[in-house]
Amino acid sequence: MSFNIENYFSEQSAGNTILYYKGNVDSDVINHVLDTVEDKMVEVNEQSKLRKKVYNVLVESLQNLYHHVDRVPEGFEDQTSERFGLLVVKKVSDGYRIITGNFVHSENIEKLEEKIKRINRSSHEEIKELYKFILNHQRISAKGGGGLGLVDIARKTGNKLEYSFKKYDNYYSFFYLDILVNEEK
Amino acid sequence: MEPIIIEGTPKTPTVKFDSTEGVFEIKGRSIPENSVEFYKPLVDWLDTYKESPLTKTVVNIRLEYFNTSSSKCILDVFKKLEAIHKAKNEVEVNWYYEEDDEDMLEAGEDYESIIRVPFKMIEIVE
Repeated sequence: MSFNIENYFSEQSAGNTILYYKGNVDSDVINHVLDTVEDKMVEVNEQSKLRKKVYNVLVESLQNLYHHVDRVPEGFEDQTSERFGLLVVKKVSDGYRIITGNFVHSENIEKLEEKIKRINRSSHEEIKELYKFILNHQRISAKGGGGLGLVDIARKTGNKLEYSFKKYDNYYSFFYLDILVNEEK
Repeated sequence: MEPIIIEGTPKTPTVKFDSTEGVFEIKGRSIPENSVEFYKPLVDWLDTYKESPLTKTVVNIRLEYFNTSSSKCILDVFKKLEAIHKAKNEVEVNWYYEEDDEDMLEAGEDYESIIRVPFKMIEIVE
């Protein structure tokens, strides 16, 4: 298999990687990542407004992985991770980039992509209304997610969700979500 | 009624619900993976409290962070308070946010627009 899930990152524009993680995303990993990134932002005296946005987006991205990732394909190098995910946090000029990666079964792609497209074509006001609508009308799913994570990320960052699906085999794609959290323009 | 007193952790808030005092508090961070597990006892407690509430109940929400899965549970807490208010008892929510935290202010305003209980937005100035 020529596909390599890490190729995506070498294709990305420069930035200073402050955290890289690949493997099982469980509760302890989430705690550790949050602590590490929070400490690093305090260390460099990041202004608290940006720090809070980054922290919030990181919580939602990690918990999206925790609640929603599909099983890894048979034959993939890591068969032990129940919730396999990839996370990169990069410092860029005016903020941070949070990039996540996970396998998505082909039959789940359309629904996910439709959701992202809907968010990306909405104005900030529409996203706020969408958030409130989902908050008030949708119950927490069996997987434990509230269905609000992506909407919340778009609302808090004010940026479009950049994403791509790279075909892994006939049944799976690898989904990258690339989120820019920056200072207000 | 036994009060609920929960010490905060890095992922779950400090909670103080005491039916003898009438001032309830949720404070800190609320970012657990499983928020229903954390909030269900609180919602159940309020369900019992609403049978014979004090004439005035004040609820202080002072959160630094909360995740989207907590946001639904917090709404459930407010829905119980709304029922108490609807039964002609005084209920007031004080929603605290740090001065530069517009996201937290907006989150409070979201609840205020959904729930029919008087909200006060209180800015914490350091």
